[in-house]
Amino acid sequence: MSSIDSRPERDRPWMFRTYSGHSSAKASNALYRSNLAKGQTGLSVAFDLPTQTGYDSDHPLSRGEVGKVGVPICHIDDMQVLFDEIPLEKMNTSMTINATAAWLLSLYIATAERQGTDQSALRGTTQNDIITEYLSRGTFVFPPEASMRLTSEIVSYTVDHVPNWNPMNVCSYHLQEAGATPVQEIAYSMANAISILDVVRAMPEVDDETLSRVFGRISFFLNAGIRFVEEMCKCRAMNQLWEEIGRDRYGITNEKMLRLRYGVQVNSLGLTEAQPENNIIRIALEALGVTLSKRARARSLQLPAWNEALGLPRPWDQQLSLRTQQILAYETDLLEYGDLFDGSHVVEAKTAALLEEARAELQSVLDMGGAVTAVENAYMKQKLVESQTERLRAIESGEMTVVGVNEYIEAVDSPLVEEGAGSILKVDESAEREQIASLEAFRNRRNAADAAAALKNLEDVIKNGGNIMAPSIAAAKAGVTTGEWSQILRDVFGEYRAPTGVVAAPVAEASEDVNQVRKRVDALSETLGRRLKILVGKPGLDGHSNGAEQIAVKARDVGMEVVYDGIRLTPQEIVQSAQDEGVHVIGLSILSGSHGVLVTDVVEQLKDAGMGTIPVVVGGIIPDDDAEKLEAAGVRRVYTPKDFDLTRIMDEIVDVVAESNDG
Amino acid sequence: MTADSANPGSRAELEAARKLAERVCAGERSAISQALNAVDDNRPDHREARLALLDAVASHARGVRIGVTGAPGAGKSTLLDALVSGLRERDRSVGVLAVDPSSQRTGGALLGDRMRLSSSARDAGVFLRSLAARDQLGGLSEVTGPSLDILSAALDYVFVETVGVGQSEAQVIDVVDTLVFVAQPAAGDLIQFMKAGILEWPDLFFVNKSDLGDVATRAAAELRAGLDLGQRRDPDRVPPVLTGSARDGLGIDALIDGLEEHTAYLAARGLGEARRREGRSKRIEHALQVRYGRFGVAKLGSAKDLATAIEADPSVSVDRMVDALGRRIERALTRAEAPDDPRGA
Repeated sequence: MSSIDSRPERDRPWMFRTYSGHSSAKASNALYRSNLAKGQTGLSVAFDLPTQTGYDSDHPLSRGEVGKVGVPICHIDDMQVLFDEIPLEKMNTSMTINATAAWLLSLYIATAERQGTDQSALRGTTQNDIITEYLSRGTFVFPPEASMRLTSEIVSYTVDHVPNWNPMNVCSYHLQEAGATPVQEIAYSMANAISILDVVRAMPEVDDETLSRVFGRISFFLNAGIRFVEEMCKCRAMNQLWEEIGRDRYGITNEKMLRLRYGVQVNSLGLTEAQPENNIIRIALEALGVTLSKRARARSLQLPAWNEALGLPRPWDQQLSLRTQQILAYETDLLEYGDLFDGSHVVEAKTAALLEEARAELQSVLDMGGAVTAVENAYMKQKLVESQTERLRAIESGEMTVVGVNEYIEAVDSPLVEEGAGSILKVDESAEREQIASLEAFRNRRNAADAAAALKNLEDVIKNGGNIMAPSIAAAKAGVTTGEWSQILRDVFGEYRAPTGVVAAPVAEASEDVNQVRKRVDALSETLGRRLKILVGKPGLDGHSNGAEQIAVKARDVGMEVVYDGIRLTPQEIVQSAQDEGVHVIGLSILSGSHGVLVTDVVEQLKDAGMGTIPVVVGGIIPDDDAEKLEAAGVRRVYTPKDFDLTRIMDEIVDVVAESNDG
Repeated sequence: MTADSANPGSRAELEAARKLAERVCAGERSAISQALNAVDDNRPDHREARLALLDAVASHARGVRIGVTGAPGAGKSTLLDALVSGLRERDRSVGVLAVDPSSQRTGGALLGDRMRLSSSARDAGVFLRSLAARDQLGGLSEVTGPSLDILSAALDYVFVETVGVGQSEAQVIDVVDTLVFVAQPAAGDLIQFMKAGILEWPDLFFVNKSDLGDVATRAAAELRAGLDLGQRRDPDRVPPVLTGSARDGLGIDALIDGLEEHTAYLAARGLGEARRREGRSKRIEHALQVRYGRFGVAKLGSAKDLATAIEADPSVSVDRMVDALGRRIERALTRAEAPDDPRGA
């Protein structure tokens, strides 16, 4: 029997992180410091949507979004406050930032210098993966070619100047959130990495030795779902495929550079609003899936909070997620063994099967011209929409069990969410106002001539094809703002709207319920004189379009004509579309928490345009008391993640339209 | 009015239709929307209002109607986006009718084209309506023509986008003044289109994706050669073949110039009027064919008789004429079914 003293040597645990940030740099700094004090070992910064899409907090499109899903960072002083009393030379910071990655990294480097730390000492990660943004998360800004250029310039800059930085974290996390199967997650993330590596390899300044270092610095960010055995095999398969690609495609021989390095954020897609405490268990099992096999163990792990489907988590909720990691790493014997599955026929067979399918899917993407082409022709997006549609169909039909949602629904009320429990964090509505005031003060105190000169220099460098990093760092120091930096790039590169992938989604085999609704849509269309037409759109900056896409596809399947307007729309654009298209009903989807301002705006503007009779329904992460407010403002129905039965939602939309057209 | 009207509608209804038409012609956004809804409304008791509205706008088609066609993936939506922005820079108002080819047996349709229009193209001078092709598989929806009539009464330029599959081209030339064909280089479509005889219809060709370099230049040269050899709708004019890149905004100004030149050409030769008359006749014939078949249409007499009947009153709308002639066909068919009626055929 082993005593405490004779315990075998333990592996070093992975890095513990929590994706967090909200309201303001000051509030987020306090949160980070308290998380670090509790034993978190790295930081993962969540930026708000204006920062992610390159708008200052006072831009019209930022309205309602400031500080909602992350921290607003408009300039170097914000960044400095964010890391106040957090020494960057010792910190390992992950930043989920894509379109504006070059800018936020520049602010980070400039802030480190203010702290007296040279950029060469910095450790951390910029996500810097635009392909995923086109496919799923939606915070892209620029067209593919310009985006590839930005990403590759960050890579080529950091590999020499910030050598311990992971310049690109190929993010398959959002692919799974968008419905990707394990095979799709593997294949598309590899295709994505290849699209960047090919660009980098073609750069004149990149020789074989540099390419090897670049390869070694590309990291991945995976998702881990509830089918944790399969997820573990997925990680093992990716290890192997990455090494193959390194050797065969890029001629890398250095073993160290060939190793797949990845972090994980476990699945949010499967977290339920119903019986939300069940999520605590789901999260723990998902964490186990990516830590259990030593060979395929994550380098860093972020666990969501159990109440994510309800709203913004509180510090206590994040603490629980951190404790889950700590129990797994420090209490269990997990880190005392070598790989538990080497030699397991079952695991090896599953891994081999995933690998084979993933290789084939990767090849078909490469054959059509690679990830960029497969974004532009919507191939990957369509595949994801199909997978997601299939997944939702399986939940609706009961083929896939989701405890507390479509089975075992009978339950006592949860004391964690009972009235008065205050089970989510509310962003102080004054945060936006204060941020705008502080931005104005910053603009007034900076040296305007310096900022203008830095912007001019930035523009010249971009137009002449130089690397964007050096002029961006100079601009950060000169007091340029996030919106100003981005506007220069918008002017030079243009803005991009990605294909939605919904148009080609195949019509699902109709169930009895779907047929019932179809008949009602047909009958109501007769009464209306033309086919029932719905506008589906996402106001604000939130680019998580999966929900809206599924609603659009379902509405089509029950026989409606659907105008899908995609993401990032102002209330005014939505009202204009509704008018131009002559729709009978409007469906809005918002997950960023900015529903209060944006939805009310749409309803008001409809009234002003004389279209007050067009009913509006809303779906998103909307707490109960907000739902009541929206209904009081004239919204006809509010749907939240617990409304998983899309057919029933369609049935209710038919009711709503019928009521609105009575008499 | 030569066309006999069986159901003249109430005075109030007619008055309302006239008022709405006036507002449409003034370019009022909400009126355009309301009018498009009205022409799409197939309830029998709303039919008279619909016809009155179409009659009222029939002589006000001031806007230039342009069809944009080409194979899927040729970049039509991107080109439209660029054209809309370019025309807005010239201060022209623009309407876009996007006909979605995917027809579902459920009647449902996903109209996704809007998505690709950039924000810069979404200002007050742009009106966008998408239509499902509905039962007209691969072709234009029946409501396309009337919708264009409404839009061109209100706006300077009206575009209709279709997929180049053959049937829709043959129909689209009946509803537009100018047809633009968008080609993508090196897709092998050109030869297919030449074989299918589709290349005889367009008035302008735009070889997209000129950033591909040689292939684009070669495609343009092949196209020019093909046009010299092939049949053409207008034997006096070889359609220009332009190159450019919709994505990068290259060649767009030249294309807009080309559109304006074609409009001026049609006007100078009096061809514009002739095309619209011809298109109108074909739309009427087509609608009658769909409704009554060859046998029914033959009840109106020879092809010449039909042409005379249609052209008798060019001032009324297509739909009114279809209604009037339809009633004549129905009467003839009823008489034919009653053998002891001495007036029977």
